[in-house]
Amino acid sequence: MKQPTAETAPAAAGDPATAQRVESPAREAWRMFSRNVPALLGVFLLALVLLATLYGKLFYGGDPFEIVWAPYEPPLTTPSVPLGTDYLGRDIVAGLLTGGAPTLTVGASAALITMVIGISLGSLAGYYGGWVDNLLMRITEFFQVLPALLFAMVLVTLFSPSLWTIAIAIGVVSWPQTARLTRAEFLRIKELEYVTAARAIGARNRRIIWKVILPNAAPPLIVSATLTIGVAVLFEAGLSFLGLGDPNVMSWGLMIGANRDYMLDAWWPVTFPGLAIFVTVFAVSLIGDGLNDALNPKLRGR
Amino acid sequence: MSLSFILRRLGYGVLLIFGVVVLNFLLIRLAPGDPAVVIAGEMGGATEEILDRIREDYGLNQPLTTQLAIYVGNVLQGDLGQSFFFNQPVSRLIAQRIGPTILLVLTAQVLSILLGVFLGVIASRKPNGPASAFVSIFATIGYAVPVFWTGIMLIILFASVVPIFPIEGIQSVRLRDAPLLVRGLDIAHHLVLPAFTLAVVYLAQYARLSRASMLDVLGSDYIRTARAKGGSERAILFKHALRNAALPILTIAGMQFGNLISGALLVETVFNWPGIGRLAFDSILRRDYPTIMGVLFFASAAVVVANILTDLSYRWADPRLREQ
Repeated sequence: MKQPTAETAPAAAGDPATAQRVESPAREAWRMFSRNVPALLGVFLLALVLLATLYGKLFYGGDPFEIVWAPYEPPLTTPSVPLGTDYLGRDIVAGLLTGGAPTLTVGASAALITMVIGISLGSLAGYYGGWVDNLLMRITEFFQVLPALLFAMVLVTLFSPSLWTIAIAIGVVSWPQTARLTRAEFLRIKELEYVTAARAIGARNRRIIWKVILPNAAPPLIVSATLTIGVAVLFEAGLSFLGLGDPNVMSWGLMIGANRDYMLDAWWPVTFPGLAIFVTVFAVSLIGDGLNDALNPKLRGR
Repeated sequence: MSLSFILRRLGYGVLLIFGVVVLNFLLIRLAPGDPAVVIAGEMGGATEEILDRIREDYGLNQPLTTQLAIYVGNVLQGDLGQSFFFNQPVSRLIAQRIGPTILLVLTAQVLSILLGVFLGVIASRKPNGPASAFVSIFATIGYAVPVFWTGIMLIILFASVVPIFPIEGIQSVRLRDAPLLVRGLDIAHHLVLPAFTLAVVYLAQYARLSRASMLDVLGSDYIRTARAKGGSERAILFKHALRNAALPILTIAGMQFGNLISGALLVETVFNWPGIGRLAFDSILRRDYPTIMGVLFFASAAVVVANILTDLSYRWADPRLREQ
């Protein structure tokens, strides 16, 4: 693999001081990322979604469950409800601004749960090999067999739908891929010389796993974590759409699900929340692709 | 491919399915509340009589291991329990609805592979050309669009703007007694939107994957040889390169099966498609647990079978793996 060195970096020609300096991989990755237009677009869109979700209420008050106007008011016709109202006369903009919070919270926490389970099991399997690997991989395969959405639906219905149950359910069905990826990285890295060197100076297994191998396995895992957020957001949206989310919390999926029966009378109540979900996941995956290009120089141009 | 490998693979599949049965069993018991009440579901107050019958059938008064043995024994005999909502065996409910789901999932799978691979191959000819850019953008969009929302947008579009495809159900009421061919065409007509909706997500993935896979292969020596021999570009792309690029696509196609079932669940709900996904959704709303668990078992078993078939077929397709 090509190492990021001064040769690959555009060093100022004729200046021996800068030509000698080796750019750190993190810095090079940042430089790559910051020149990647789609990735920056992703950052911009995600920032927009986050700002609207976090601070939107300060500028645009209103309870998303409250009936504020006549039902089916089309968008851009009434200043007080800019994007119109749904079948009950609830304000779409208020729904959009508050509906992102549960989706994003669940998305991020589910991704976190996925990464914690996946990395723990994957690193143990990859590092120790043998029966540990065998056992853990069998468990992983078992979870890959379960149709994720169906299993998550079962978990959520059996154990009352709260944001936590939903996040855990999504985490429980999504970790196998992360575990496999982590295992593959550990299998590759543990054979490298610096790991042998660490072992030779007497480093313990735990230290080798956490301090030596994991940081070097980080780039693909970071990319995978980003994409997992996107998947988790889609998952949460799907569950709320089916009416399996927390019924007391307005979310984008719930807005679509609630207005589904009236979609032929009014297109806007189902269209805008869907756009919001799309923009969020689109932004996250643009960032993921950008990180992938920046962190895996070998894969550039794919 | 040796017989012992096939047997080992099958044995392992049986083990996985057994695991699903045990998981199903545990889930019902782990749920808060009396398992008998959970199984009866919220059907407007189950009478003590029904609860007693459930306790009897499932052996709920006996030790946990005996309960598990009874449950496994029932499943082995094809008895997935009784739906108290439909008052019918769950296995019969699934049998009635499996056809439409298979039709939907297979059509979407074939559609997405054919179109996706075609797009990917076209894009791989010029890795930096406009077709490649289109595939990349399309793949990112396809990944980011919620599948149920695609369905809803298509319904709105085809209901009001261009009403050329039916937007719900599997057949028209007025054609129910028509000759077989007409009914078949009617079902195909109804299939267009749901199948396309389900295919979009995977189509994008296949396009991206086959582009990457093709680029890998196109850089290899034998392609250079084929070019040097003066083979036409089309023959090189579709005959020499695609055959070798197909293996990773095949692997992913097999692994997608579980995701397709999850997607079908949403698509069937949106389009009122009378399959097992719709059944699962309705059962969850009614808290009809025997049916939900039956569908979960059945769908997982289907994924296991699909995985085994994929595994065997790519070992068969790749001579390098055949010997192992």
